[in-house]
Amino acid sequence: MLVIALDTSTPAVTAGLVEFANSRPQSLAERATVNPRAHGELLTPQLLDVLAESGHQLGEVDAVVVGAGPGPFTGLRVGMVTAAALGHAAGIRVYPVSSLDAIANRVVEDSPVLVLTDARRREVYWATYDSPTELGTRRRLTPPTVDSPRDLVTKLEGSPVAAAAGELAAAHAPDLGLKAVDPAHPSPEGLVSAAGRELRSGTEPHPLVPMYLRRPDAAAPGPPKTVTAERGRT
Amino acid sequence: MSAKGGPGRIVLGIETSCDETGAGLVRLEPDGSVRLLADAVASSVDEHARFGGVVPEIASRAHLEAMEPTVRRALDEAGIGLADVDAVAVTAGPGLAGALMVGVSAAKAYAAALGVPLYGVNHLLGHVAVDTLENGPLPRHCLALLVSGGHTQLLSVSGVAEEVTEIGSTIDDAAGEAYDKVARILELPYPGGPPIDRAAREGDPEAIAFPRGLTGPRDPKFDFSFSGLKTAVARWVEQARDAGRQLPIADIAASFQEAVADVLTDKAVRAATELGLDTLVLSGGVAANSRLSALARQRCAEAGITLRVPRPRLCTDNGAMIAAVGAHVMATGVEPSSLGISADPGMPVSTVVAY
Ligand SMILES: [Zn+2]
Repeated sequence: MLVIALDTSTPAVTAGLVEFANSRPQSLAERATVNPRAHGELLTPQLLDVLAESGHQLGEVDAVVVGAGPGPFTGLRVGMVTAAALGHAAGIRVYPVSSLDAIANRVVEDSPVLVLTDARRREVYWATYDSPTELGTRRRLTPPTVDSPRDLVTKLEGSPVAAAAGELAAAHAPDLGLKAVDPAHPSPEGLVSAAGRELRSGTEPHPLVPMYLRRPDAAAPGPPKTVTAERGRT
Repeated sequence: MSAKGGPGRIVLGIETSCDETGAGLVRLEPDGSVRLLADAVASSVDEHARFGGVVPEIASRAHLEAMEPTVRRALDEAGIGLADVDAVAVTAGPGLAGALMVGVSAAKAYAAALGVPLYGVNHLLGHVAVDTLENGPLPRHCLALLVSGGHTQLLSVSGVAEEVTEIGSTIDDAAGEAYDKVARILELPYPGGPPIDRAAREGDPEAIAFPRGLTGPRDPKFDFSFSGLKTAVARWVEQARDAGRQLPIADIAASFQEAVADVLTDKAVRAATELGLDTLVLSGGVAANSRLSALARQRCAEAGITLRVPRPRLCTDNGAMIAAVGAHVMATGVEPSSLGISADPGMPVSTVVAY
């Protein structure tokens, strides 16, 4: 089957067309641009490039897989809403997957791994994974979480992970006593393999809900300020 | 009744600049007129109420959730399918950055998947163009007064979607924002427009002489300011409370509302007269305010100006107004936007279509 794979959960804007047969995803064409400020601009043009390069039409595509994060909110939503609209327009199913799973599934290392990406505000999104199965996919050991790198040290105590992947692997692996490995970002093949079981069985996708892991910054206002205080503030 | 068939071209409009997710459908008829087919809106206003104003991240999250269901609702309402859509229009700006991004991304995907042109258009123009859905073609030149929680602007508009010039705007708070702030001072609910309007009906608009911002001889003629008015209300209330007096809520609301409506309509009518424009379009969420529309009607009649006010449902943010701009620019043969356009939170009113 032909699957469109999209991810905007990291600074990489990724679109690909993947052939998924015999449980092995194989990329037919893909575009990835690392630019944290251009998700909204680049994603759809990249997807059209991918379709043109592969010689396929949207009408031939069987499903869409999209990285549901965790990731910085504004960029993350670009991929999610693009996937929703594509699925609606093409009349095909849209499967959200964890973007961290997509990274983990492309790590070639034999050991259990940590995946960590940039959550901004000096925090990281992370999850840990078991050694790979024969299909190269990995079972999650701990769910996606957001923490400071310092807290991560404590939380990883006793964890079997020996390597770290994801965009912040190189930055934090030494402090964590881990080996930094590829990939840095979710790839189309990784995304499709993360949805592999659902794609094979044809089950109903989960709702398209992004993994924010943080509540919106918003505070209920206190009582109205006095006019004098307000004037003093100008 | 199906909207399908016939020679017209159908435009899907998507709006996500603030807290309403809008999907609208219009048909551009061969004679150039534009007909409303559907107007579906999902609002996150209730989620913002306890914060006393729109929280951008909450609005953006709600847009993502509501986008596809709202488009589906509009299609159902019109009795058509996506395959019948000939163009997609979307608010490219101005508005909240993260919120705009959701609509623009969705619109690009719909346009790309359907193989139809995309028009990233100016939100403010939508508030003017929407009037043609209800009241027919606008004259070649007209003046528009847009009043809402986000904007307070006087625009000179030519050909609905060809040339737009800002004649004046607020230098601080939008009129709707002043309503929200005064409502909070008076301990009335958010958004402040409807409860103040209701309270004002029982009050005396001349009970308290609140200031009319920027109406001095040296002030900019067509700009507005509502921050001083809000402060004056706060001070009046504070003094009354300090003196242990019972607050005359109805009188305060009526006097505040009178000050807002007086300045808005006075400047609009003077601008129209000075520019020689005989039509005023009053639009935006605050256009539904009973005192503002009544005073506008009275003063326009006195000055020989034709006043046009879309029905309240179309005055607030919606997708049909964006579809209407799309239809008008399509009619003039304007180039579509590229699929690489950016959402532009500060899009100037003079920009009709984003490239
Ligand atoms: Zn508006």
